[in-house]
Amino acid sequence: MNRSLLIVLLALAAVRVAHAGVLPEDRADVLLHSYDGGGVTIQGPSLLVRKQFAQKFSVSANHYVDRVQSASIDVVTTASPYEEERTQQSVGLDYLHDRWMMNVGFTNSEENDYAAETFSFGISQDIFGDLTTVSLGYSLGDDTVRRRGDASFEEQTERQHYRLGVSQILTKNLMLGLSFETITDEGFLNNPYRQVRYLDPTTPQGYSYEREEYPRTRSSDAGSVRMRYYMPYRAALHAEYRQYGDTWDISADTFEIGYTHPIELGWTFEGRFRTYSQTSADFYRDLFPRSQFQNFMARDKELSTFTSQTIRLAASYDIMRGGWKFLERGTLNVTFDHMMFDYEDFRDLRVTGVPPGTEPFYSFDANVVQFFVSFWF
Amino acid sequence: MAMRFPAIPRLLALAAAAFVVAGCSVEPWVKPYERDHLADPIMSFDRDPVSSAYTGHVYEAREGARGATGAAGGGCGCN
Repeated sequence: MNRSLLIVLLALAAVRVAHAGVLPEDRADVLLHSYDGGGVTIQGPSLLVRKQFAQKFSVSANHYVDRVQSASIDVVTTASPYEEERTQQSVGLDYLHDRWMMNVGFTNSEENDYAAETFSFGISQDIFGDLTTVSLGYSLGDDTVRRRGDASFEEQTERQHYRLGVSQILTKNLMLGLSFETITDEGFLNNPYRQVRYLDPTTPQGYSYEREEYPRTRSSDAGSVRMRYYMPYRAALHAEYRQYGDTWDISADTFEIGYTHPIELGWTFEGRFRTYSQTSADFYRDLFPRSQFQNFMARDKELSTFTSQTIRLAASYDIMRGGWKFLERGTLNVTFDHMMFDYEDFRDLRVTGVPPGTEPFYSFDANVVQFFVSFWF
Repeated sequence: MAMRFPAIPRLLALAAAAFVVAGCSVEPWVKPYERDHLADPIMSFDRDPVSSAYTGHVYEAREGARGATGAAGGGCGCN
């Protein structure tokens, strides 16, 4: 198919894997989040409000904050601990026409050395007797990258996302979801602070650091399949598998399984297990043989070979099942995730006194807590 | 460096074509009155968007993989 025609069709799009024939519910959520692991703590609120109007439209707005205190493994070995704040605002508009739903959205994210703007557009439709919902999406992002302490440094990055989603009713107890997403990046893609290390016999520890250098383009494809099954009693089982590959030679597999169980008195409990594994980028090394060893060099642990597992426990409580004034219902929710990361070619440089390249591999655990209140009105 | 899903642009094109011909009707094998289990909130793929967007952001910041998470937004905590 002609690529330009494809882009025109996709440019009519952004994804919402949902029932296209029904506008999203009116609701407000106030969430407090906390991440603590690997020397990094990140906390902040997220406020999300969604409201229908004129029976065909639904508008949404989100305010999100990350307050970061970082003494991560990279920071303690090559830099100084720092604090920063990222603030993100999003607005979106859905328009429902018969079985068609259209969506436009805009997101702005600001921190002291990074700014990002993303525009998204999407369309979805119920077909085949409303058993199938097909969604197409496109988003375009422009990022501006700066470097603290270097006023002359400013780089741009452009990101494009192409998404396809299919949600399918298979039986009266089984739902299937398929998602495909292609992302292309062009511009400055590395972290302006992070460094690679290379063997340097002239130093006491046997190695030195220099700035990392990434390619200026990246293209990735990801595909996932998800299912939700209603048990013979009131509970749901879900499973998901995702496969990923990109032009940096990273490939990854994600598998998740979970169980949701409501009980009387308004409680709903959920448990999940997620496992993730990836191979490294082809220009990643923990230790390069010499300075300027090759054109592209990275020592970002997110580009290394590693596995991670996450265990989730969550509870939700209905606080006003009969409604109250203009509120139809509300829930109190708490979610706890325990994450475990094990790196297979990223070494812990806090360990000294051993030959370079023989330090133990790095690993860390993180705890992530979400507490949120939701109201439907 | 081969892409893992070289057929994706073609799949997207097929889906776009499906939109064009989506007026066709099929007799639903799960009738509307048989969908009470599917309509239960516990069967939603994205029951709490504010929470799933945050969770997606946590993963994307620490993993090389990205996309196809099923949730709306760009994986940057948006939406």
